[in-house]
Amino acid sequence: MIEGRVFKFGDHIDTDLIIPARYLNTSDPAELAKHCLEDADPSFAKEVRPGDVIVAGVNFGCGSSREHAPLAIKAAGVACVVAQSFARIFYRNAFNIGLPLLECPDAPRIPAGSRVRVDLQSGRIEVLDTGEVFTARPIPPFMQEIIAAGGLIPYVEKRLKTR
Amino acid sequence: MGMTITEKILAFHAGKEYVEPGEIVKCRVDVLLANDITAPLAIKEFERLGVPLFDPNALVLVPDHFTPNKDIKSAEQAKTVREFARRHRIPHYFEVGRMGIEHCLLPEQGLVVAGDVVIGADSHTCTYGALGAFATGVGSTDLAAAMALGETWFRVPPSLKFVYTGKLKPWVGGKDLILYTIGQIGVEGALYCAMEFTGPVIEGLSMDGRFTMCNMAVEAGAKNGIIAPDEKTAAYLEGRARRPYKFFRSDPDARYQAVYEFDVSQLEPQVALPHSPANARPVTEVTHITIDQAVIGSCTNGRLEDLRVAAQVLKGKKVHPYVRLIVIPGTQEIYRQALKEGLIEVFLEAGGAVSTPTCGPCLGGHMGVLAKGERAVATTNRNFVGRMGHPESEVYLASPAVAAASAVLGRLAHPSEVVQA
Ligand code: SF4
Repeated sequence: MIEGRVFKFGDHIDTDLIIPARYLNTSDPAELAKHCLEDADPSFAKEVRPGDVIVAGVNFGCGSSREHAPLAIKAAGVACVVAQSFARIFYRNAFNIGLPLLECPDAPRIPAGSRVRVDLQSGRIEVLDTGEVFTARPIPPFMQEIIAAGGLIPYVEKRLKTR
Repeated sequence: MGMTITEKILAFHAGKEYVEPGEIVKCRVDVLLANDITAPLAIKEFERLGVPLFDPNALVLVPDHFTPNKDIKSAEQAKTVREFARRHRIPHYFEVGRMGIEHCLLPEQGLVVAGDVVIGADSHTCTYGALGAFATGVGSTDLAAAMALGETWFRVPPSLKFVYTGKLKPWVGGKDLILYTIGQIGVEGALYCAMEFTGPVIEGLSMDGRFTMCNMAVEAGAKNGIIAPDEKTAAYLEGRARRPYKFFRSDPDARYQAVYEFDVSQLEPQVALPHSPANARPVTEVTHITIDQAVIGSCTNGRLEDLRVAAQVLKGKKVHPYVRLIVIPGTQEIYRQALKEGLIEVFLEAGGAVSTPTCGPCLGGHMGVLAKGERAVATTNRNFVGRMGHPESEVYLASPAVAAASAVLGRLAHPSEVVQA
């Protein structure tokens, strides 16, 4: 169960906003986390705490295939991203590295700065101050398998053993 | 029910007779690609597995983003890739001086052929759809897994069909078609889908123009862009394909999630304004916008035809005193050919800077990063906030003809303002 504060962003948050290319001369997650979303919200990296949740509109993570984007978000402490929709490469990457994503059509109605409790299994998102409940689409079974294994690499390790 | 070209290629590589959209399939991959930014992460993950590469011939490594190395950290990244290539005896590792921007280089070198399934740790891997291949971008971890397994999983995408009819005006080409298309459907208009480009206008388009179109499919959120192979594809593959190839075509009764028909006879050269590739306008509506820099290059428009068109506009002209023109041939081979044809001479005479192949300014890496408040017209594919430098700089996406004309006039310009077609 995830519990944290909501950081809100709009539509089409692209990978250049999530982690600008000027910082891509490293793949150290802690380094990347320092600059996470800095061109969209310069105070984000300083304010975010472990367990917090990003909530956004449509097409989150569009643009480049850089896995540095979900890595930066995860290393910043974000426990999951809730958006109306995700760009497809970002979607794969996030699960592969162990950052869960939830697709929620009503994401824009989740209040900024509120505290939420998120249940990844059921997709239930509860706003703690008001008790309002939002429902996200369940995570597809294939992605759940990857999460259960602990990411894509452990999943592949398992497959290599059984073949 | 028939299948689309995308479905057929995926079915073939999954060892199945038939697949349908939404289904998850495991596919054999023919080519794997990574660059100096994405390869180091993939290598790290791959080495955790402690298994050999499934096929050293299938992996292509191209350090192109921050090379020739722009700083110490990027030099370290490039070194990681180089040493991995040597350790594993990767034949298709491309060193500075013998390389090119990956998506110009792989087709040119015949490393990708029609009918392939290609995954690359770079979003513009979708470029190779122009050859009638299924090609898509993935992240480093997906690539690492495929380096070990020789296969990956896909959700079979629904296909969108785009039919282009009419006759293109002078100075209008692949870049204008794709900017216009993204302008029509939006940057999430093809999310998770295959974009299949068809119709007489596409048949008439050169291979370079087709690469440009498929290159930007990801800018509409697509999984892949694809064009049915024809005699032009065959002529292109002739003499360069390093493996046998296979032509797939969509069945007449294939199913599409949507069909778009565009009569493009009246289409003007397009410019996508900041900060979205979907902000496309006819250039004639924005000729009042002044520019500080013009960039001609990238995996979208750094090919020979692009340089020829740019030179046609720039021949005998001078770059506006307030503008920096930066021309970056897509590969070493393109550079050499442009030199032979006298194109480089034209750029230098006009007062432009010509660089060795690199992604450079396209992603705000080096070789032309923008300062606060500066504006560039670029033949690249993304104009997101901060893409070419300072978060308050601006990028206007356009064709090589428009970029060249704008370099001369110091503002966004229609090529016919500078030269007769
Ligand atoms: S030229 Fe630009 S878009 Fe193409 S691969 Fe390089 S950075 Fe990416």
